[in-house]
Amino acid sequence: MIDYRTGNAQSVLFALRHLGLDARLIATPQECADVDRYILPGVGAADVTMASLAERGWVEHLTTRVRAEGVPFLGVCVGLQVLFEHSDEGDAACLGWLPGEVVEFRRDRLRVPHMGWNAVVPRSDHPFARALPAAARFYFVNSYHALPSAEADVAGVTEYGVEFASVVARGNVMATQFHIEKSGPPGLALLSRFARLPAQELVPEVPAC
Amino acid sequence: MLTTRVIACFDVKAGRVTKARRFQDNIDVGDAAEVARRMYADGIDEVVFYDIAASPERRRADLETVRAVAENIFVPLTVGGGVRDLEDMHAVLGAGAEKISIDSMAVRDPSLVTAGSKEFGRQCMVLSMQVKRVERTGAIPSGYQVFIDGARVATGMDALEWACRGEALGAGEIVVNSIDRDGTHTGYDLEITHAVADAVRVPVIASGGAGTPEHVAQAFLAGASAAIVSSMLYSPRLERNYTVDDIKRALSDGHGLPVRPTAEAASTR
Repeated sequence: MIDYRTGNAQSVLFALRHLGLDARLIATPQECADVDRYILPGVGAADVTMASLAERGWVEHLTTRVRAEGVPFLGVCVGLQVLFEHSDEGDAACLGWLPGEVVEFRRDRLRVPHMGWNAVVPRSDHPFARALPAAARFYFVNSYHALPSAEADVAGVTEYGVEFASVVARGNVMATQFHIEKSGPPGLALLSRFARLPAQELVPEVPAC
Repeated sequence: MLTTRVIACFDVKAGRVTKARRFQDNIDVGDAAEVARRMYADGIDEVVFYDIAASPERRRADLETVRAVAENIFVPLTVGGGVRDLEDMHAVLGAGAEKISIDSMAVRDPSLVTAGSKEFGRQCMVLSMQVKRVERTGAIPSGYQVFIDGARVATGMDALEWACRGEALGAGEIVVNSIDRDGTHTGYDLEITHAVADAVRVPVIASGGAGTPEHVAQAFLAGASAAIVSSMLYSPRLERNYTVDDIKRALSDGHGLPVRPTAEAASTR
């Protein structure tokens, strides 16, 4: 569990331990020798998150481990948003592992943040998405949402004024816009799925050079 | 579509849940972690607790209790009581809370709301306000005044104006707690709930007075995004307690309101 000061890593850790999984918080890439799955939790803003990740050497480390070596990765909330190329939140350049951008909900028409329980409809046959129930509700807190350019990356969608990507998955890279650790039994089931999926089922996409 | 949110709320003192009526006459309800675990298992959508001894004792919320509660519930947890600065917020969030509820301290130092919102995001900052119906005057045009310190101290501030200011300061949610209705089980104060929900764009949480599932439904019909329930779930003082499922059924079957069904929310643990 990548721990940067404004994340909510503690809650995710409680959930993983409740599931009987061996997990710990890690503050720097130097502590990652035995890590075989990464979770990037998040409640902060995209620009602040990217700055924290860059400052501690995470961007380089994760790019090598996740993109090149194919280690399974789960992003949560802002951890989903930073996977894309750009976020309007603080005009931030993000990791760019997935093509697309992150935009704000229409404040003139909707209560923002989008906060509460909303249904997720599965959209792909990625092994992670296959664990999603037909239309279970998960707990969201977001003012921004992703607009993936590659339809195949969208693994689940949710409706809030617009239909947006609430789960994305490509190979070994998975992410949920909702708080998987605070979404009751369906969230715990999905978190368990991420932790226990055999790595060979998550064929990493070879990064274009 | 977002569902209605039913939030279980309890006051905690020294790790024990305590229940007051109109801020007085406290009785013991049980261990905080145990009460929270029961609420989670019953399918509650969210939990909030206030460490009611923190502010009077000039300390932050008891972190042991925050941790004990957070470890066992996998729905959002809001903690209130004793937050005076960013370090207090870091400590409470670090112990496993998702959101900080700020009440009297927000009135004393409004910049706290802004500072917390910048540091953790707006969604972390819940502005809770205790309101009491008063005569409409030039200073209190809404006819509702804000009180602090356990509803004992009048601020001279108009509730509606404070809600709007709270939103501008960076609050991500606003709790409207009616002092008149608190502990009476006669229903929320729908007038001020509706007025605040109409005036701000962030979610509004109705609080104070729920005694039946029908009361909860009325809060949503008045424009609230969430409703706080406490006594009706667990108070030994009440002739009848309701389950989360009783409430959800009344919302869904009685009024067609969207809910998170107990079938997918309840935990067998």
